[in-house]
Amino acid sequence: MKRWLLWVPLIVFAGLVAVAGSRLIAPPDTVVKSALIGKPLPDFALAPLLPAKPGLDRGDLATGKPRLLNVFASWCVPCIAEAPQLMKLKAAGVQIDAIAIRDTPQAVAAFLARHGDPYARIGSDPQSQVQISIGSSGVPETFVIDGQGRIAAQHIGDIREEDVPKLLKALEDAR
Amino acid sequence: MSMMIALALTAGMPVDLGYAQIPDATKEAQAAELMAELRCLVCQGQSIHDSDVDMAADMRRVVRQKIAAGEKPSEVRAWLIERYGSYVTYDPPLSWATAPLWLAPLLLLAAGLWLARGSLRRRRRA
Repeated sequence: MKRWLLWVPLIVFAGLVAVAGSRLIAPPDTVVKSALIGKPLPDFALAPLLPAKPGLDRGDLATGKPRLLNVFASWCVPCIAEAPQLMKLKAAGVQIDAIAIRDTPQAVAAFLARHGDPYARIGSDPQSQVQISIGSSGVPETFVIDGQGRIAAQHIGDIREEDVPKLLKALEDAR
Repeated sequence: MSMMIALALTAGMPVDLGYAQIPDATKEAQAAELMAELRCLVCQGQSIHDSDVDMAADMRRVVRQKIAAGEKPSEVRAWLIERYGSYVTYDPPLSWATAPLWLAPLLLLAAGLWLARGSLRRRRRA
């Protein structure tokens, strides 16, 4: 048996330690991205949640102009954090529609009165059926929808100040 | 649980499949087997069969509704993979990314046999 072969187990072990150690220092990303990016939105139709605002269906999102689809809930704390950024996007002329997850009209009305209302339409998804059908795994999430109703990009988690230019660029690219 | 279904049926209420079983036992068994191998997306590491978060119930409802409507478990799994990628199942399909998982044990077994053969042969000679 050749002498150098004796070192192979130690080298393999050092490799394993390096792999495990690097994952301890930089834990892997655990967000689950939608696998539908680049594909058309599935067909759906959601009833309105608030009397004063229309509901949302697939046709409302394929209007020839890119827009944002925000998946949110009044019970979701990061949704409060992103509310000012959504208002900024609205002020920049972006069309924003929403899917409200497991929510009630009273709670959403109070949420919008307190944190601002950037939405043109709000569809009610009381059992997350549409959320699951578009590959969204939590709230808040924001989808960039192109003019043909295709999912161009997905932002997972709350929109921070630095994400606003990125979303504006994604909307521009989706043109 | 069956009492809940019986109550719901007598009251004429629709059964919430997120929390109640499909009345058809064969279909429920298929759904349960599939739900045990689907990842809860919020509480990663648990299956939707084990988890008690709302999102897991919503996923169970989708699975049970589809199976109750006559879809095969493999079709329901494919529908979810189409939306969330293979990460959503604990039994991922064979692909380039998962191939090492299947091939590594075979390669290690072959290496072990080769080593054993070498040392046995040497011992016989000695």
